Amino acid sequence: MFSPALKRGLLVVLLAALLIAPLMPHLIYPIFLMKMMCFALFACAFNLLLGHAGIVSFGHAAFFGGSAYITGYALRDMGWSTELAILAGALFAAILGIVIGALAIRRQGIYLAMITLALAQMVYFTFLQAPFTGAEDGMQPIPRGSLLGFIDLSSDTRLYYLVLACVAGGLWLVNRIVNSPFGEVLRAIREHEPRARSMGYAVDRYKIVAFALSAGLSGLAGSLKCVVFRLASLTDVHWHMSGDVILMTLLGGMNSVFGPAIGAVLISLLRHYFDALGAWVTVVVGLIFMLCVLVFRRGILGEINHLLSRRPAAPHPLKEEQNAQI
Amino acid sequence: MDIFGIPHQALLGQVMLGLVNGAFYAVLSLGLAIIFGLLRIVNFAHGAFFMLGAFVAFLIGRYFGIGYWPAMIMGPLVVGLLGILFERFALRRLYKLDPLYGLFLTFGLVLVLEGGFRVAMGSSGHPFATPDSLRGVVNLGFMVLPVYRAFVILVAVVVCAGTWIIIEKTRMGAYLRAATERPDLTQAFGINVPILLTLTYGAGVALAGFAGVLAAPIQHVNPSMGSDLVIIVFAIVVIGGLGSVLGSALTGLGLGVIEGLAKVYYSEASSTVVFLVMALVLLLRPSGLFGREEN
Repeated sequence: MFSPALKRGLLVVLLAALLIAPLMPHLIYPIFLMKMMCFALFACAFNLLLGHAGIVSFGHAAFFGGSAYITGYALRDMGWSTELAILAGALFAAILGIVIGALAIRRQGIYLAMITLALAQMVYFTFLQAPFTGAEDGMQPIPRGSLLGFIDLSSDTRLYYLVLACVAGGLWLVNRIVNSPFGEVLRAIREHEPRARSMGYAVDRYKIVAFALSAGLSGLAGSLKCVVFRLASLTDVHWHMSGDVILMTLLGGMNSVFGPAIGAVLISLLRHYFDALGAWVTVVVGLIFMLCVLVFRRGILGEINHLLSRRPAAPHPLKEEQNAQI
Repeated sequence: MDIFGIPHQALLGQVMLGLVNGAFYAVLSLGLAIIFGLLRIVNFAHGAFFMLGAFVAFLIGRYFGIGYWPAMIMGPLVVGLLGILFERFALRRLYKLDPLYGLFLTFGLVLVLEGGFRVAMGSSGHPFATPDSLRGVVNLGFMVLPVYRAFVILVAVVVCAGTWIIIEKTRMGAYLRAATERPDLTQAFGINVPILLTLTYGAGVALAGFAGVLAAPIQHVNPSMGSDLVIIVFAIVVIGGLGSVLGSALTGLGLGVIEGLAKVYYSEASSTVVFLVMALVLLLRPSGLFGREEN
């Protein structure tokens, strides 16, 4: 386990590095950096459900990609200012999260995963057929608009700081939620639902709120990505995306708050640098997936935490009685 | 005669075509239900094995000149053997864990198989010829049905009935049902449960491979032909409940018909109607039409 001081130190260094990164565009491409930050937020938001509530959603692409369409519509067709468009996207995702969550929690575990997958597929077809989405071509180009109506965001640097602020805010919120009494109740439900119910917690309501929060924050990430790339496309609502975010979370470590962000960065790097290999990337991603499930279930951060802690951890992360670390 | 403003020929025609789709749903959800019943694993790779079956038929035809009828044996055989290897060396390690890991592992396998075939065969579809003996059409009076499609419905019904008989009426099926209820007791009675699990998984995915061979002449053989299908089949499984083998087959056929009807009355909804029915069933009867309450 990391000591609190080390944690804080690492966070400060990371934040400082991200703050000065756009000053060195030759070192790392700011657009790519923004993309990685969006995925980091997406994965951590997703993990609110998987890691902390023990709910497996196989349909998070609906929130991530759906919010992008809403933001795109608000910017291109309604001419809203950027912050309102992003908020609209996140709000849409949160409401969709309530609807899908309310339906999905009527079953548990494996069924819940299948239900979210099916409902997300329905969202996919809805956006495929909706008149404003441009079907297979996607929605493009979407203007980036201006922040508060007067700060023009066509400059990558300005947009970068907006994205950084939103992602940092989002991650802070995720951390707050996980370490709040609400987060404790979620973990109690994960560990032993009937007991949590018998203690008087309105289990279903907690699950739906967790769904809404996770979906809303995933939507925030999707909206930001839409503004960055000026594009909302079917790729982001497709079930492959739902699979990707599960992989990011597994790879990074689902028993932590920020582990999924590490997974998100690694998978983005893989997709970015090996893009030319085409379908081989899918094969490699699939192999990593299988490897993670078979031999590496703690994930990267989970393994690090395990190595650093003297207390031997149980081999089964989903059932591990272990508080969130980092 | 019109039914809600649609000529009854068109209506019955779509119902027939819906039955053809439903036949595939039925065979696929049957295999999923058998695997889930014994292994407690939701086999995401079911669609990938379906695709694999179609490709086996296509490839042995192209390189060895082996025709459709032998392919109906060889497709499921190859797919079943691969399934057995996968169960033996990967899936088996997950039985003691949360069933979600099984879903994740088979999802990884989907990516590997789909990506692999995309690399090797390209993304576009390969046409597969209908066997000579099943060419032509039958005139049903209200519509002209290609013989092959009628054959598909017939075969699917025979396969579902055969599977049901094997499970309910044979000794092997009795072992299977016993192991589904109480694996520990079954083992104590001297039945080799691990081998039973392996064979069940092999047989389940062989069914998917068989459906793939069956689908090859209808759909173009391509790497993604299984994955969109499997999501619909998941929804069907949620509707029917995984508890009952016959129930999942009936639900599959029924949903195929509903999809066909949706095409007639409101074609925009035809791709989503299965999911809508699923949402409705979840609201009214959360454990599924034929399901038992799971824990």
